[in-house]
Amino acid sequence: MSTVKETHPGTDRAPVSQNPRPLNYPPDSSKAIGGEVSVQIDGQDVKVPIGTSLLEAAKKVGVHIPTLCHHPDLKVAGVCRVCVVEVEGQRTLQAACAYPVTSPLKVHTHTRKVRQARRHIVDLMLSTHCGECYSCKRNNNCELQTLAKEYGVDFYRFGHVKTSRIPKDESSYSVVRDMDKCILCRRCVRTCIDLQEVGVLEAIGRGHETRISTYLDKALAEVVCINCGQCINRCPTGALHANDTSDEVWRAIDDPTKHVVIQTAPSPRAAIGECFGLEPGVPMTGQLNTALKLAGFDKVFDTNFTADLTILEEGTELLVRLHDALVKKQPTALPQFTSCSPGWVKFLEHFYPEYIPNLSSAKSPQQMFGAVIKTWYAQRNGIDPKDIVTVALMPCSAKKFECNRPEMGSSGFKDVDFGLTTREMAQMIQEAGIHLPTLAKSGFDDPFGDATGSGVIFGATGGVMEAALRTVIELVTGLKVEKLFEHANIVPVRGFEGVRMIELPIPQVAAEVPEIIRKHVPSFDFLKGVTLKVAVAHGTANAKRVMEDIRAGGPFSECHFIEFMGCPGGCLGGGGQPIPTSPEIRQARAKAIYAEDAGSAVRKSHENPAVLRLYTEFLTDGPCGHKSHELLHTHYTSRGKQIG
Amino acid sequence: MTVIDSRKTPLTFDSIAPGVGLAAALKLSRSDLIATVAASNLRGRGGAGFPTATKWNLAAAAKVSEGECKFVVCNADEGEPGTFKDRVLLTEYAPLVFEGMTIAARAIGATRGILYLRGEYVYLRPPLDAELARLRRAGALGRNIGALAGFDFDIEIRMGAGAYVCGEETALIESLEGQRGEPRNRPPFPVDTGFRDQPTVVNNVETLATVTAIFANGPEAFRALGSERSAGFKLFSVSGDCDAPGVYEFPLGLTLRELLEKVGGTNAKAVQVGGASGVCVPAKAFDRRLAFEDVATGGSIIVFGPHRDMLAVAKNFMEFFREESCGQCTPCREGNHKLLEGILMLERGECSTAYLRELCLLGETMQLASKCGLGQSSPNAFLSIVEHFPEEVLGRSFAAAGGER
Repeated sequence: MSTVKETHPGTDRAPVSQNPRPLNYPPDSSKAIGGEVSVQIDGQDVKVPIGTSLLEAAKKVGVHIPTLCHHPDLKVAGVCRVCVVEVEGQRTLQAACAYPVTSPLKVHTHTRKVRQARRHIVDLMLSTHCGECYSCKRNNNCELQTLAKEYGVDFYRFGHVKTSRIPKDESSYSVVRDMDKCILCRRCVRTCIDLQEVGVLEAIGRGHETRISTYLDKALAEVVCINCGQCINRCPTGALHANDTSDEVWRAIDDPTKHVVIQTAPSPRAAIGECFGLEPGVPMTGQLNTALKLAGFDKVFDTNFTADLTILEEGTELLVRLHDALVKKQPTALPQFTSCSPGWVKFLEHFYPEYIPNLSSAKSPQQMFGAVIKTWYAQRNGIDPKDIVTVALMPCSAKKFECNRPEMGSSGFKDVDFGLTTREMAQMIQEAGIHLPTLAKSGFDDPFGDATGSGVIFGATGGVMEAALRTVIELVTGLKVEKLFEHANIVPVRGFEGVRMIELPIPQVAAEVPEIIRKHVPSFDFLKGVTLKVAVAHGTANAKRVMEDIRAGGPFSECHFIEFMGCPGGCLGGGGQPIPTSPEIRQARAKAIYAEDAGSAVRKSHENPAVLRLYTEFLTDGPCGHKSHELLHTHYTSRGKQIG
Repeated sequence: MTVIDSRKTPLTFDSIAPGVGLAAALKLSRSDLIATVAASNLRGRGGAGFPTATKWNLAAAAKVSEGECKFVVCNADEGEPGTFKDRVLLTEYAPLVFEGMTIAARAIGATRGILYLRGEYVYLRPPLDAELARLRRAGALGRNIGALAGFDFDIEIRMGAGAYVCGEETALIESLEGQRGEPRNRPPFPVDTGFRDQPTVVNNVETLATVTAIFANGPEAFRALGSERSAGFKLFSVSGDCDAPGVYEFPLGLTLRELLEKVGGTNAKAVQVGGASGVCVPAKAFDRRLAFEDVATGGSIIVFGPHRDMLAVAKNFMEFFREESCGQCTPCREGNHKLLEGILMLERGECSTAYLRELCLLGETMQLASKCGLGQSSPNAFLSIVEHFPEEVLGRSFAAAGGER
């Protein structure tokens, strides 16, 4: 019943302020005879497609060439020069990452000149890199440190800056900039401008005065940064890191008067193993529950519980909007946009504030959980909410900003006290002397219990949409999703394509509207014969394309519901996830997430017994009712992109 | 504003009436046109000496994206220290420069030309704009130039903003596109992926004016001058410790000694050829030739008299590069800074010979591993001064203390 249209609206990306461009040289290489060319690298012959970089060619024959400014997610820059190699017949050394093979070449990767150049380059980087490895967030996970070891740096040949020159920028709840450690590889710039198309970071100054800065050198909290933290994930050193609040969490754990609860999101569970030496894609959900208890958290809950709750709230909101538009013929903000990604939300507030009415007013699962814990959970368990500390383990740096939004206090308290990243939690677990991978598995605590597979897949791009569709399809059609999609896997919304649009004709409507939402939508008849149009976009560059299309009245403006995720790949590629990241790593994490969904006993949000109990016991006027509006919904701020 | 006429010799360009070169060129087919340039053996006058006809041939063969066009860019970002001959050309012979651009456009099939004018030459903009307007009125720019159906070409002027590196052709293109002026990776080269990713020829002012001269006087007359591998006449910007600094025209291939005789600088102890990014030639090597096969140059000649402190000379150049590096690649951004630091240490007599050796190796690394010509050539002056004037470089603290070197 579904047709898939992969749509790529809009024109090319915005102008980049840097010049890196994809290696597509020569432009008509595909037309070359055979399309292949042979290269000899350190005496080994290899055939590669014309236009392949020397770096890729060397990989094919197992020759390691060091890189630093190169990143698999980013355009080629060729600026650090650590990958230089000797190409026979060329006067100068060539950067392997940026040199396309277009004719037969003989290449040498470790001649005297190459070794000297690499060593000098590493030494030059170290000469301005101010900071001690011991006290660095990236100790043992630093590409500069690795290079220094690989190239046998045993003294600072060109000196070493020992005193700080640039004060840290700790203004942001999410991202700390320690520019003393910056070696100007510009991966953050390419991430911010090319990958995310936000454009907060840019090189300023010239020559030796060059540095990475913000608009008018303002603090990060004062510019249009969306806190996505993608720059952190791609920084080779400790120059960028998340604003770590784990010390405060420890303090709360140490305080016997505090009841410290933690909710864990699905993406950190799929990735935290990487911090303990595991291959990407090994889920650690059960082990993590055990570890968190050992570390001292009083209760461990599953964010998926409120993910399911989000689906009910946001799904109801969608049905209400459709009813308003189609039955009441009221001017209604459609398509409805998801609001669970705080990076995306801030992106919209800055760049498309006129579309704030389209954002679902439903809070993100993290914030819903905080509100429920400090109200329903507190009442049920007779705990004074002022003594509850709620911690959220998130794959995300923007969640730190989100939990500090002034409007996020509907419980009467700060709904979520601390957001921790996957990396920070791994650090806490290590500090507690726990070796995560070898722990026994355990379940989540009641009263929220184990959530559904729909909550789990929130972590992958397309997941929120799939979860919403599972519920909306069943409620509206009265049919089991499995009748329409094998194993309830709505495959068309899955995948890593940047923008996806799906049309779902509604084959029939249920005779009765479930009681829980009947007061909003008395009958589904108005949806008879309607084709539901939904779309998915991940990474703000793709979000921007969809938004520009909507602005121009293109096909996306006719959608009913669009899932937006701020980060490439969705939450599993979030700015709080283990470093490094790459398309392959994100795919492995997605696999882990979909495996957890497939293995869940309950896979649809509206069948989550704990959620249904919450509606019978507490939110008695149902989804989008008065109480849920008070606790589970929020409002947004039109920020604009003008900086004073 | 008064501009001092710095011409010291009559120039070939004096004898060329505007319009003659272009008219001769437009009589030829496009392939014959490039063949004529090839027959002249003209090599780029900006300093690198790339054969002009080869560049044009590549651009002529390159494909244009739909809705786009090819471009001819005149590099008038004359920024090399000690170079001022392009200013003379733009002041006195602008029609010949624009004709050269038009000929290049005809050769490669470009429809748009851009003169990238050095920011400090902004005073030249009104007369240049007036000249362009005159050419349009005369039908030498615009549609169907020279009554050739379909030959449309026009030129606009864009101002540089003062960055030395924007004289590097790919940085220049970035600047034209509104980006930070930073060199691109090459390949791809501008001849197939240039301005707006379209085939673009970037030629120096003098190269383009010389093209006009070649068509006016014939390629044979041009090739008759100069050496075997460096054909023709060339302008030189001569400055420093000599009797008559200014702009000179000489055939390529003359020796430094011959040049110094003509400019009144025979007692020089060294000559910096090619500006800050060039090399420092000591008196014992004054028999070397100014030609692409020997000491290549864009025409900058700075004469250093016997009283000059060569370490101060090196310091001056390194201060320049420390600032003018675009800051993109590590060897150039940090290397120039380290070389300057080393010079300051030498000044104070605090640089060990071991560290000086390391700095010279660093200079070699910069030459080999920098991304563009700036970093690849910026250590040249330092290296040649250390090589040729070790007695002026070492033992400074003794000298500073009043001792005799």
